[in-house]
Amino acid sequence: MVRFILTKLLYLIPTFLGITIIAFGLVRILPGDPVLLMAGERGVSPERHAQLTAMLGYDKPLIMQYLNFLGRLFQGDLGNSLSTNKPVLNEFLTLFPATVELGLCAIFLAVIIGVPVGVLAAIKRGSWFDQISMTSALVGFSMPIFWWGLLLIIFFSGYLGWTPVSGRISYLYYFPNVTGFMLIDSLLSGQEGAFKSAVLHLILPAIVLSTIPLAVIARQTRSAMLEVMGEDYVRTARAKGMPGRRVIGVHALRNAMIPVITTIGLQIGVLMAGAILTETIFSWPGIGKWMVDAISSRDYPVVQSGLLLIAILVMVVNLLVDLTYGLINPRIRVK
Amino acid sequence: MKKLLIFASALAMSAAVAEAKTFVYCAEASPEGFDPAPYTAGGTFDASAHPVYNRLTEFVKGTTEVEPSLAESWDISEDGKEYTFHLRQGVKWHSNDSFTPTRDFNADDVIFSFERQANADHPWHQYIPGLTYEYYSSMSMSELIEKIEKVDDYTVKFTLTEPAAPFLANIAMPFVSIVSKEYADSLEESGNMAALNNAPIGTGPFQFVNYQQDAVIRYKKNPDYWGTAPLVDDLVFAITPDAAVRLQKLKAGECHLMSYPAPADLEAIKADPNLQLGEQAGLNVGYLAYNTTVEPFDNPKVRKALNMAINKEAIIGAVFQGAAEPAKNPLPPTMWSYNDAIEDDPYDPEAAKKMLEDEGVTDLKMQIWAMPVQRPYMPNARRTAELMQEDLSKVGVDVEIVSYEWGEYLSKSMEAGREGAVILGWTGDNGDPDNFLSVLLSCASADEGGANRAFWCNEEFSGLLSEATRTTDQEERTKLYEEAQVIFKEEAPWFTIAHSTTYVPMAKGVTGFVISPLGDYVFDTVDIAE
Repeated sequence: MVRFILTKLLYLIPTFLGITIIAFGLVRILPGDPVLLMAGERGVSPERHAQLTAMLGYDKPLIMQYLNFLGRLFQGDLGNSLSTNKPVLNEFLTLFPATVELGLCAIFLAVIIGVPVGVLAAIKRGSWFDQISMTSALVGFSMPIFWWGLLLIIFFSGYLGWTPVSGRISYLYYFPNVTGFMLIDSLLSGQEGAFKSAVLHLILPAIVLSTIPLAVIARQTRSAMLEVMGEDYVRTARAKGMPGRRVIGVHALRNAMIPVITTIGLQIGVLMAGAILTETIFSWPGIGKWMVDAISSRDYPVVQSGLLLIAILVMVVNLLVDLTYGLINPRIRVK
Repeated sequence: MKKLLIFASALAMSAAVAEAKTFVYCAEASPEGFDPAPYTAGGTFDASAHPVYNRLTEFVKGTTEVEPSLAESWDISEDGKEYTFHLRQGVKWHSNDSFTPTRDFNADDVIFSFERQANADHPWHQYIPGLTYEYYSSMSMSELIEKIEKVDDYTVKFTLTEPAAPFLANIAMPFVSIVSKEYADSLEESGNMAALNNAPIGTGPFQFVNYQQDAVIRYKKNPDYWGTAPLVDDLVFAITPDAAVRLQKLKAGECHLMSYPAPADLEAIKADPNLQLGEQAGLNVGYLAYNTTVEPFDNPKVRKALNMAINKEAIIGAVFQGAAEPAKNPLPPTMWSYNDAIEDDPYDPEAAKKMLEDEGVTDLKMQIWAMPVQRPYMPNARRTAELMQEDLSKVGVDVEIVSYEWGEYLSKSMEAGREGAVILGWTGDNGDPDNFLSVLLSCASADEGGANRAFWCNEEFSGLLSEATRTTDQEERTKLYEEAQVIFKEEAPWFTIAHSTTYVPMAKGVTGFVISPLGDYVFDTVDIAE
């Protein structure tokens, strides 16, 4: 097992270097110049333009810029944002817990609804439940997030008044940032009503962000279950007279979970993409909206370091998924 | 109902909270920082310069006229080059957990606030690595100010390199907000210089409390404010980037006032009995700039003819949804010296066609550049370009619409010999006509790095502008600018499109909000009816 983990970790090194190149290169492929965007309609004189470009180090050859970026990276310096002048790492660490909190709630919703729905649809294949749930999953998968979020806001917040429109908590509550997770901090604060306010603020964005992963997970669970239930060992188990519940719960589900866990792991990337829109609609102060703003103002340090941090996150999650296979399926561990 | 319960329980939680009046503003953008000097975004100034700070002079609310603020009065020397400011006494600085002021505002603060921007060797010039002072630089303050002297604790003398009438308006702008030198000194000692940008100390109507990045900014009333005290106790900015969501928040009572409504929502807002809609003509202009240096656009008659071929009213209706005034001058009508006697070119395709034929222009092909972004002065450039294309095809002009990424658009459109006419616009910084005419249309601004996208250099026009900046008498300046607008109209370097209206949706009970022509959101006079 140790060797398995070490090999996986070794693979991370070239992947990490590859990501730095992509993160650095992507933002520079985009047309547009941060200095010009800063100046706006007013324009900037050629002298001033050259001065600012030199100050930011963007007058040097790309390879030098890249090596500088990499050099500073190994010293733990991710650079300063061009628009706020704050260290990128500080901004990331401030905003990241909000994205994680929302993401975890969304994936939690997607799993606790998606997996049972998928299992049930597989067991009752062809039934009205199967038909309706799989059609809904298809609709959910193709849902335009922005429209969907706004629709929920107008109905639940505007028309019914059940949930707040946007934000993480009512402005009436203020308490120091301990963990960065609003659900935990609001409990720690001991302020009456704070936790409830945080939960109510989380409901709609979590639903919106979970929509696509939920659809994917439900469909994946259904097809994995169907495949596994056709296997010999399931038939054997049934033939031995094992109760149906046990066949499905122990023999079928455990094996069907392997592709499902892969899917859940892959949804992290989907969640990040969804977070961009979800955070913008719900005024959720996370890294999705932060990255979009940085891309549109060509804030190179934020884009390249932000991409890098997100990529590392996805890598770590994938590693954890790999390790989980090992736990579920001993055969993978041995290989 | 549930929300009301939470609200009520929170209010009951503490008597102090229940009595405090909190005003919530749904802002569209996060501030870049809280030091106004290094930044340029309006949203940053709304969060820093306006609530927290004051300046030597300020704009009278709702106008672009300059009035005394931290400078109680001033004398201008005969030659217009020396400005002596007499400072207000007894103005208290805010305090926070780490800083308690030991003295009132004085001349040292004024000198500090200017010199840290002007002097690259000043210890506070780069107190955060990478800071630049784009407004100070682009308003040419370094070239303009020769020296600043402290005459005594409450008198400061500015010596200019040349007489400059817009100077008083320039120093009313957010970027020269007066910051505390004593605070800066204490931060330098404690080694926490970045706090000047994160935990601002000012003299303004509200004290900064805290900022949760991209979410909420809190302020409380400054109890020692030297001016008229604010009517609300707490001010909250709820950062809400999407316009439709801001409106939902306003409707749900989660905020009292919002910025930048979507034009499509205006009718519904007007019809909502729980909302009110403030409106004021904006200090902006949207235009189409011909390249006056290439054939046949170097001929004023050709430009005039094209202007007559475009149906302005149709653009106002379709693109601005009526929320704009047709523009006939480069200056907006709310600006002093606006020449209302000028008559706009009529929309007359027949006459336009004939004029083009008379000038020997047939089978003209041209490009129209459409901006890729939305701005208050131009909500949809693509649609505008399409309407122009249609109108111009009726007089036999074949238009191709082009667009580029925004940064490229800005730079390529200033390249000499550029092909085609460019849609762009401008929003005033300080309410001085020079801030439109010199920036956008003078000979000096036609060079690389300027903003004269018509490359129009008319010696007579530019002469009038420089004469006007050397004159401090406003009546005389008005005459000069009026004359300049006549030349502009005859020469037609632009097709002037529109001056868009600023709309501010508010909850029914909100009173005392004054819409700023400069697009600022300022809350020291707002109140909420019980």
